Amino acid sequence: MRTHTLAVALTAAVLATTVACSSGDASSTSADGTGPITVDATDTTCTVARTEAAAGTIEFTVRNTGSKVNEFYVYGEGDQIIGEVENITPGLTRTFHVEVANPGTYETACKPGMKGTGIRGDFTVTGATSSQAPDAAMTAAVADYRTFVSAQADELLVRTTEFVDLVKAGKVEEAKKAFPVARGPWERIEPVAESFGDLDPMIDGREDVVEEGMEFTGFHRLEKDLWVSGLQPDTSAIADKLLVDVKEIVAKAKAVELNPLQLANGSKALLDEVATGKITGEEDRYSHTDLYDFDENVKGSKAAIDALRPVLKARDAALLTTIDARFASLDTALDAHRTDAGFESYTALTQAEVKALAVALDAVSEPISKVSGVVAGK
Amino acid sequence: MTRRRLLGVGAGAAALGAVAGVGGAYAAQRGPAALAAGVVPDDQVVAFRGEHQAGITTPAQDRMHFVALDVTTKDPAELRDLLKAWTRAAERMTAGAEAAPGGVVGGGPYGVPEDTGEAYDLDAADLTITIGYGPSLFDDRFGLADKRPEGLRDLPAFVGDDLDPARSGGDLCIQACANDPQVAVHAVRNLVRLGFGVVSVRWSQLGFGRTSSTSRSQTTPRNLFGFKDGTNNVKSEDGAALDEHVWVQPSDVTGGASWLAGGSYLVARRIRMHIEVWDRTTLQEQEQVIGRTKGEGAPLGQKAEFDTLDLDKPGADGKPAIPVDAHVALAHESRLNGIRLLRRGYNFTDGSDGLGHLDAGLFFIAFMRDAQRQFVPMQKALAAEDTLNEYIEHTGSAVFACPPGIGPDEHWGQALFS
Repeated sequence: MRTHTLAVALTAAVLATTVACSSGDASSTSADGTGPITVDATDTTCTVARTEAAAGTIEFTVRNTGSKVNEFYVYGEGDQIIGEVENITPGLTRTFHVEVANPGTYETACKPGMKGTGIRGDFTVTGATSSQAPDAAMTAAVADYRTFVSAQADELLVRTTEFVDLVKAGKVEEAKKAFPVARGPWERIEPVAESFGDLDPMIDGREDVVEEGMEFTGFHRLEKDLWVSGLQPDTSAIADKLLVDVKEIVAKAKAVELNPLQLANGSKALLDEVATGKITGEEDRYSHTDLYDFDENVKGSKAAIDALRPVLKARDAALLTTIDARFASLDTALDAHRTDAGFESYTALTQAEVKALAVALDAVSEPISKVSGVVAGK
Repeated sequence: MTRRRLLGVGAGAAALGAVAGVGGAYAAQRGPAALAAGVVPDDQVVAFRGEHQAGITTPAQDRMHFVALDVTTKDPAELRDLLKAWTRAAERMTAGAEAAPGGVVGGGPYGVPEDTGEAYDLDAADLTITIGYGPSLFDDRFGLADKRPEGLRDLPAFVGDDLDPARSGGDLCIQACANDPQVAVHAVRNLVRLGFGVVSVRWSQLGFGRTSSTSRSQTTPRNLFGFKDGTNNVKSEDGAALDEHVWVQPSDVTGGASWLAGGSYLVARRIRMHIEVWDRTTLQEQEQVIGRTKGEGAPLGQKAEFDTLDLDKPGADGKPAIPVDAHVALAHESRLNGIRLLRRGYNFTDGSDGLGHLDAGLFFIAFMRDAQRQFVPMQKALAAEDTLNEYIEHTGSAVFACPPGIGPDEHWGQALFS
């Protein structure tokens, strides 16, 4: 699996929207001091009283005088929703506030019947761009996560070295115990590690993803040798190569430049890894140590969320609460399979137990998918 | 397409139901939905709100996606909130709108779309979304034990059943029917997505080719055995019969269970058909097993589909023309003390079974006033004697109580939790 590298667009705005329901209260004033902007919505028309306002908080009062349920939207560039109020039943008036930080051309739309792209009109926001101080919390989040990645990279090198030494010494049983342990740090920072093109398949490629002309190397080749085919004449060479490749990726991971959106996507990507590779038991198909990887992926995902915690707390505390509660449920589900040494073999799980893990994983993955939108300031 | 108007619609429903006649106003619109959105004939929208839930007596659509779910949270408030969120999304989707405002592309490039988008350019396709509560929802988890209607109990074991637990039961069900399979699947997919962390999918079933008519305006379809199915069904036009056989009456559910008045019980049975065996059976045997002719669908001994089903009429050999153990004979109200059901099933094919045989059959769904007094005795009679049993096997089973319809500003679960 490969993570997407997304350009961050932090300047794109703090465009929070608040919607208030009222029955036509027009006493409050909008940013330009001339009162709320009335919108008369019918089944066929959308009359916006003023089509210009100053940047800041803009108040609309939408009156549905038609016969269909209506909606009112303010759109930015590329049809991005800046604010909306839905389910305005006939006869009802609703007031809502839109926070528009940047001047420019926007659009308003009524949607009679709540369908289609609506009856559109241009809307101009004037004034100066509200200056945005660099988001200290965001910068701190990136710094925190870099520290984490760096520490995990160091740990990866230490543990891989131990594992490789055991393999080369022919200590099969000890190497088997070291295998899932060595992979731990790798699994925690997998999205970062994976972003380095060819190194990922050389280190972590499974036999079925090895393309023609490419050698099957890395952790999973050694896994096969240890558990299935026995040590081969080239096992030591493969082990040496793994260490070389790991050293290279460690250096790169420690130097990587990250942005907050990558943290958000990384936390999601780690859970996607679990959903597509671990929950199916195909990642560690020879050793069946998938639950170790599962656990480490979850830890990595949590680390990214933890780095973003101050940002999330400020912008969407409810989302963070949900994520925390669902991570806790997932931990409980995983705990049921812990042993003194680590985790049960994946083959020991019943179908019902696998499903319980999948359900807990889905439960946390869904709110985590919303983190990127929050970070980008959707 | 027949004009699909609704029955017993409450006042608030009309506003959502009609989305027609706005073509001119949309002249300036753009985007991929523009062409589709301009004029939507109102006969493709079935009202979401009303006295009864849509998807029961409203005309049966061609496709179905049915899902049974387990509640995974222990917090009743989370369940209540989900039912509220489901109501909102379901109402939007049945009107042909996105599951959430701007759900497909309105969230901007860095947001995850709130609507999965595969129905973006499609019309409402008569989508109906019907919700039901299983007996297990009324255990001690959510404080609902006192609200359980007496009739909402797991079905007893029937002779010959081979039930798969992974295809049976559930705390909740959602039945989505539409005339476009993509619309039905989209509806379930988006509702399931809203529920992650609160509910989990226990099992689901896709259906095609409705196997019964719920209105006299519909022709009688055929099941996968090639026979017309649903000729004698209770129809939406039969007002008095609906009250007698389909809708739970206020007197049926006193005390804590009164929330179910105006609702209905849903019984779902996954009936695997041994297609290949049936196909090697003579026409005469097939007709004797069913009790109707294959071509016309006429009761044996009669000529036309809607001719009276006369169980006493003798055939050429002096014995009843319809064998006493034929499917229609055993299922007939005259043999069941007047019991009737509203059937609303679908054909299904889940590919092949690995032995080269179709994994196919009938996803039987029926609505009724009391599952224990209607479905149970009927199925007992059929399970014991029906010659059709040689060709079918019940592999999944569930029962749910479907609450009545909701009025303006109400949401699912409101009456249950109040």
